[in-house]
Amino acid sequence: MTLFRFTHVPIDAAVARRELLDGGAGGFANFEGWVRDHNEGHAVSRLEYEAFVDLAVKEGDAIVREALRRFPIKHALAVHRIGELAIGEMAVWVGVSSVHRGEAFDACRYIIDEVKHRLPIWKKEHYRNGDSGWVNCERCAAAARPEGAHDHGHVHSAHD
Amino acid sequence: MSTAAPPVYGLILAGGASSRMRRDKAALEYHGTNQLDRAYDLAARHVPQVFVSVRPDQRSDPARAQKPLIVDSIAGEGPIVGIRSAFAEMPHVAWLVLACDLPFLSDTALEHLLCARDTGVYATAYRSAHDDLPEPLCAIWEPAAAAALAAYHAEGRGCPRKFLINHRAKLIAALDGRALDNVNTPEEYAEALRTLDSPTAPDRMQIKIHYYALLREQAGRSEEILHTSAATPELLWAELSSRYRFALLREQLKVAVNGEFSEWTRALTAGDAVVFIPPVAGG
Repeated sequence: MTLFRFTHVPIDAAVARRELLDGGAGGFANFEGWVRDHNEGHAVSRLEYEAFVDLAVKEGDAIVREALRRFPIKHALAVHRIGELAIGEMAVWVGVSSVHRGEAFDACRYIIDEVKHRLPIWKKEHYRNGDSGWVNCERCAAAARPEGAHDHGHVHSAHD
Repeated sequence: MSTAAPPVYGLILAGGASSRMRRDKAALEYHGTNQLDRAYDLAARHVPQVFVSVRPDQRSDPARAQKPLIVDSIAGEGPIVGIRSAFAEMPHVAWLVLACDLPFLSDTALEHLLCARDTGVYATAYRSAHDDLPEPLCAIWEPAAAAALAAYHAEGRGCPRKFLINHRAKLIAALDGRALDNVNTPEEYAEALRTLDSPTAPDRMQIKIHYYALLREQAGRSEEILHTSAATPELLWAELSSRYRFALLREQLKVAVNGEFSEWTRALTAGDAVVFIPPVAGG
């Protein structure tokens, strides 16, 4: 079983957490990314996640295994949602169990940071005004086009 | 922001006398397609509009008549007349000028030229693999060249190659020494037919491409199978980016081949699956 997975249905955090249980673990740290209702001054109505699944699973699994090597932790797992998400829904879940709390927090942070930067996953924001844009793509695309483009400026993700 | 670069249209030169060939060069066939159609289709895959440059007496010739034409409106002979007539008809357009008798010219070679385009000079052209001199009939001529070309012509000079030697042009090296070889005699035609049929001819291979996110929307599809001579992901991107007018730049992307991140310069082989990866936003 890979240590990074996608789901088209809502993430079941209780089930994911159960996989990390260990009698030797003294703690568990967890990060959940949620769909926020605004970004960069724009009212967001919903999000759409798309992934190049084969490569993202392979690379996501590699990230979690890197965390298991770099930090003295017991277990780790990451789950990412794809498809259409409403405000308040969970987009990503990362959990780490370990003997002590420090490395659980560190490993959890490492995994979510790498997931955001390395995995071929894309997020389209739909705005209340009817507009939409691919996060991290539209501004640079506008700068690259000689004319006709307007600058949305949605560069940051909707929930850090 | 600077003003937008002039658009590039195609101009296929098919008004030549074909005197050495002793028959109309535009009608020579390769693999069942005549040279004029081949050159026209090739250009049309890379630029939004293509015209065929003809002499006034060729305008009703059946091989030419069904294509958009630019009829010579300037007195004189030779390719300079075709180029000047195109500028006279559409002065704000840069012309991708192609001789119709370049049977080895590929999509990759055109893409490479279009990517190298410098709008700040009179023309962007290939250097001949034989003598290093500019190849004026596989080149992008900028509107800024029109006046200088007219003045040059008015002095009684008509050689576009010498014009490019003596004026500001960006010259680039050919990717393949034979790509710009032209065919002027029956012997050269026979040789070209043999080469194009030989097993060492530059192969077009079948590559599968998957599109995601912004690229999927701009391409209007999630996948396609392409027959291409692009030898690397870099050249494949150049070809596709020109066809679909992708807004993203190559520097903003990563590329995966067969499900693994890849270098842009790796060699592609038939059957490879390629994914261009736009800036990511997971989490």
